[in-house]
Amino acid sequence: MSGVRLLVGTRKGAFVLTSDGKRTEWEVSGPFFGGWEMYHLKGSPADPDRIYASQSSGWFGQLVQRSNDGGKTWEPVGNKFTYDGVPGTHQWYDGTPHPWEFKRVWHLEPSLADPDTVYAGVEDAALFRTTDGGQNWQELPGLRGHGSGSQWSPGAGGLGLHTIVLDPTNAQRMFIAISAAGAFRTDDGGTSWRPINKGLRSEQIANPTAEVGHCVHRIAMHPSQPNVLFMQKHWDIMRTDDAGDSWREVSGNLPTDFGFVIDVHAHEPQTIYVVPIKSDSEHYPMDGQLRVFRSRSGGNDWEPLTKGLPEKDCYVNVLRDAMAVDRLDSCGIYFGTTGGQVYGSSDSGDTWAPIVRDLPAVLSVEAQTLK
Amino acid sequence: MHLRTLARVDDEVRLEVNGPVTQRAILDALEARYPVLCGTIRDHVTHQRRPFLRFFACEEDWSHELPDAPLPSKIASGAEPFLVVGAMAGG
Repeated sequence: MSGVRLLVGTRKGAFVLTSDGKRTEWEVSGPFFGGWEMYHLKGSPADPDRIYASQSSGWFGQLVQRSNDGGKTWEPVGNKFTYDGVPGTHQWYDGTPHPWEFKRVWHLEPSLADPDTVYAGVEDAALFRTTDGGQNWQELPGLRGHGSGSQWSPGAGGLGLHTIVLDPTNAQRMFIAISAAGAFRTDDGGTSWRPINKGLRSEQIANPTAEVGHCVHRIAMHPSQPNVLFMQKHWDIMRTDDAGDSWREVSGNLPTDFGFVIDVHAHEPQTIYVVPIKSDSEHYPMDGQLRVFRSRSGGNDWEPLTKGLPEKDCYVNVLRDAMAVDRLDSCGIYFGTTGGQVYGSSDSGDTWAPIVRDLPAVLSVEAQTLK
Repeated sequence: MHLRTLARVDDEVRLEVNGPVTQRAILDALEARYPVLCGTIRDHVTHQRRPFLRFFACEEDWSHELPDAPLPSKIASGAEPFLVVGAMAGG
């Protein structure tokens, strides 16, 4: 029987939520790694029982955990993230050069084909890869070594590499995004990279159309259309149809185009979801109403989805890695909030219900569709 | 608590240290026995103490002492524990 497993990372531990294909009753297990910040957990598409988790704390630093049984048991694997060669400097908040310093793993992206190969996006921004199930991590230095690297500067949340999107039709191509450097693409398996920010406009930087310096919050792709990417930028919803060579804004009729999450329906490549947030200083929904907005036309035309979501007095945030979709016939959409709720919809967003209400602040949500 | 959880031990651990008993010698021996602790107490490469951890010995704070400074004899003999403690934080 089919089912869904949600991997939820929070400020104080990880939780695994499971349900059958109806998605009406959920079992909550956890906390795993109680007290630790769990920035991200993700399962291998090639072996769903193989799950990787980023575990960190201000006291003890970074660990990576691996499960081989769908999250029931875990074992620590390698946690040595050493920049390749002499790290050099990026730009600090005050404009001065600042040495690259590893802080944490923001995002883990397992290979589409090999359960032992995983990419890790880290702060200060760099991309690492393991090919032995997480025991050893090596930087892909071509990204940080891009000529613009010394100009990258952190966003308010740090200089994090938070988005890694793998092209399912081309193993040599992947996309990454960094706050606040922008989006980058490799076409040679990670050896060399180029910025793909043409069309982005950010009034918060000196040159609003600069090649780098944009605060990209999240990028999403439907696997059937790997040249079409959707982006939630600091402000603006953006879209590209040529793998990032050029972007255009598709914010359309959204009440605000600030936000963090963006995702694509599992079976409708032009159906996308965002959660508008009032502003970059007010990290909560407008008017106290928690609303998901859906576009069935790849952007521009948006409809609010409200049924089952708080209609007043809601002032939570939804962070960049905290939305996911399942691949069941009736597509499920899930998101977590900084108030500790995880909401789910089993009908493409038409109706919503809380799965859990009182977790620690949710940092990430990933959905696994189980056969 | 968190370090014990990671190392899967319930109580204090006793370590055999060759040569002078120093912070570095203790942590080298600890990490050799419990590799999962590598990087959690001190940096992988520089071996600098993580900023929110403290080292206590015989009711004194040794956090800012040199890593190769000899520790009190009661630590070396095992009469007193060498404590790795998370600094107070969180308000």
